[in-house]
Amino acid sequence: MAGWERLRMATRARIGLGRAGDAPALRDVLAFQMAHAEARDAVHAPLDLDRLAADLAPLSFLALRSAAPDRATYLRRPDLGRRLAPGEAAKLQAGEHDIAFILADGLSATAVQHHAPALLRAALERLRPHRVAPLVVALQARVALGDEIGAALRARLCVVLIGERPGLSVADSLGVYMTFAPRPGRADSERNCISNIHGRGGLDHAAAADKLAWLAREALARGLSGVGLKEEMNPLLPG
Amino acid sequence: MTTRTSLAGGERHRFEDLRALLAAASPRRSGDELAGIAAESDARRVAARMALAELPLAAFLSEALIPYERDEVTRLILDGHDEAAFAPVRHLTVGGLRDWLLAHETEAATLAALAPGLTPEMVAAVSKLMRNQDLIAVARKCRVVSAFRNTLGLEGRLASRLQPNHPTDDPRGIAAAMLDGLLLGSGDAVIGINPATDNIPNCIALTEMLERLRLRHEIPIQGCVLTHVTNAIAMMERGAPVDLVFQSVAGTEKANAGFGVNLALLREAHEAALALKRGTVGDNVMYFETGQGAALSAEAHHGVDQQTVEARAYAVARAFRPLLVNTVVGFIGPEYLYDGKQIIRAGLEDHFCGKLLGLPMGVDVCHTNHAEADQDDMDTLMTLLGTAGVNFLIAVPGADDIMLNYQSLSFHDILALRSLLGLRPAPEFEGWLERMEMLDARGRMRALDPGAARLSGLIEAG
Repeated sequence: MAGWERLRMATRARIGLGRAGDAPALRDVLAFQMAHAEARDAVHAPLDLDRLAADLAPLSFLALRSAAPDRATYLRRPDLGRRLAPGEAAKLQAGEHDIAFILADGLSATAVQHHAPALLRAALERLRPHRVAPLVVALQARVALGDEIGAALRARLCVVLIGERPGLSVADSLGVYMTFAPRPGRADSERNCISNIHGRGGLDHAAAADKLAWLAREALARGLSGVGLKEEMNPLLPG
Repeated sequence: MTTRTSLAGGERHRFEDLRALLAAASPRRSGDELAGIAAESDARRVAARMALAELPLAAFLSEALIPYERDEVTRLILDGHDEAAFAPVRHLTVGGLRDWLLAHETEAATLAALAPGLTPEMVAAVSKLMRNQDLIAVARKCRVVSAFRNTLGLEGRLASRLQPNHPTDDPRGIAAAMLDGLLLGSGDAVIGINPATDNIPNCIALTEMLERLRLRHEIPIQGCVLTHVTNAIAMMERGAPVDLVFQSVAGTEKANAGFGVNLALLREAHEAALALKRGTVGDNVMYFETGQGAALSAEAHHGVDQQTVEARAYAVARAFRPLLVNTVVGFIGPEYLYDGKQIIRAGLEDHFCGKLLGLPMGVDVCHTNHAEADQDDMDTLMTLLGTAGVNFLIAVPGADDIMLNYQSLSFHDILALRSLLGLRPAPEFEGWLERMEMLDARGRMRALDPGAARLSGLIEAG
């Protein structure tokens, strides 16, 4: 089936699979199963805090838990992943912070493990003059958990680096969500998002850090995030 | 609203109103638990079913789940209710309707005549008293035929939507996936592209590409770019060759507002598409997608359980005589349908409710990576739906949609199901496959190379 080789240049789709009767060839069935298994493993793998600490050193962090006690609850109850477990907020100290960074496992701790330390370092370099709050790592966390954390820290801007839902082709894609004046109840339309940060044809760390720093500076300067900010940045950041 | 009680297992269970009763009677699912309306115990769930079985069907005509004054979908349902069609079952309870539907004497013509007399709430209610087996048996007796350039829903036929998505809408990438699907006998329901870039010029370019493919190879199919209905209207105004108008719809006015639509807008789009007169064997020009959990995720469910709200979306769809309606059953994620068991049950419920309400119902048998489901669950659901007489199923290359990042069925799965159950493609499309010498002597798809003479040039359609 040489003809398919040429067509595969145009798409990553699983075209031209072999056939055994009506079924796909076993090779293709097993390749699909492997991709699915990697995605499933990424969903269920816990964040390795020791390794994260080593990768982030000398930067230290405070680890906090959401109200979802385990992965099974987390998957069923997004509302619990959006607020802190009882007692956790008391561990945060309010201060004069411009930006609070939060590393959140989300649906792929693997993505945080692979990309968050390098992206965070690159972003901090670009945002040096700003006052950055002590780093928080949030477990069983959804994007909106950053609102409660950011509010408790009294940060002007909260930036959540979170593992995105794994797909069959990429299981370690990281996303960034930025919210000005974070507080519980913020709508998704009030956030800016940078998605698809990964090593298989996605956004690389330097490019993602450039976008992140640009958005953070603009959000702080204009005092807003979300739809209003996004529209104006489009011509500056094509794609 | 009337409180209802049920004495079961020595305990008296009280249900605040019809909404609470329906929610408690629903099979367990994560979305209702998330909304805080699911039965707190299995015993209470069955007690609710016992109470529901005794409820007169007519109660749904006098007790609206979502107030008439506040919701145009409720108004559509109640104003459009056909009393004469309802007459044969008016005297029945919900439990009585279950038995009546299953009776051997109740056949396709009777069910078709009944459809305008049933409301979504009645249909959702009776589904909660039915096992999977019952949902399959009754759906199989329903026959809903629709047509545009081919005829869908005929006895012994199974159509499929060919979904050739590409993450950047690359025309050659889309064309390669279309070729793959056509060589595996898919596409009779529609070739339907979800555009990655949802702007009008891009959608027109994709629509024109589908049109060139169809004309060049004289394929009796319809194409659709699944963009917002307002885009479709704008495309038609600019003279684009739009076959079908697509829209996602839900079961409440507020949830539809979240999709940016209302009934008046859908009516405008329907009339515009009809005016183009592009159908050759029929004039069903609308394509709707739905899915349990859509209303809750928009916080627009009004305390109604997710399966009942889903059935209300079918009332919206049937007002526009669609060619195609499908539930995208496992797409929304585990917070609404947790695992394979819940996805399978929901797929059978949606298909049953849609068919009983008179819709040409299909299903996107699918799952995401964070749900507790895999291809074995998809095999089970597609086989059950094939047995239930589903009009069409969605298929993508190798079951992997690389644009929407979820797993649907593969073109191979459609072939397997047709072989297994002795089902054939839509007749006009089957005739084309024959003319193109793509079928073997026994009517099965031959294994074909993309360079096969009759199809060479298909790829240049882009």
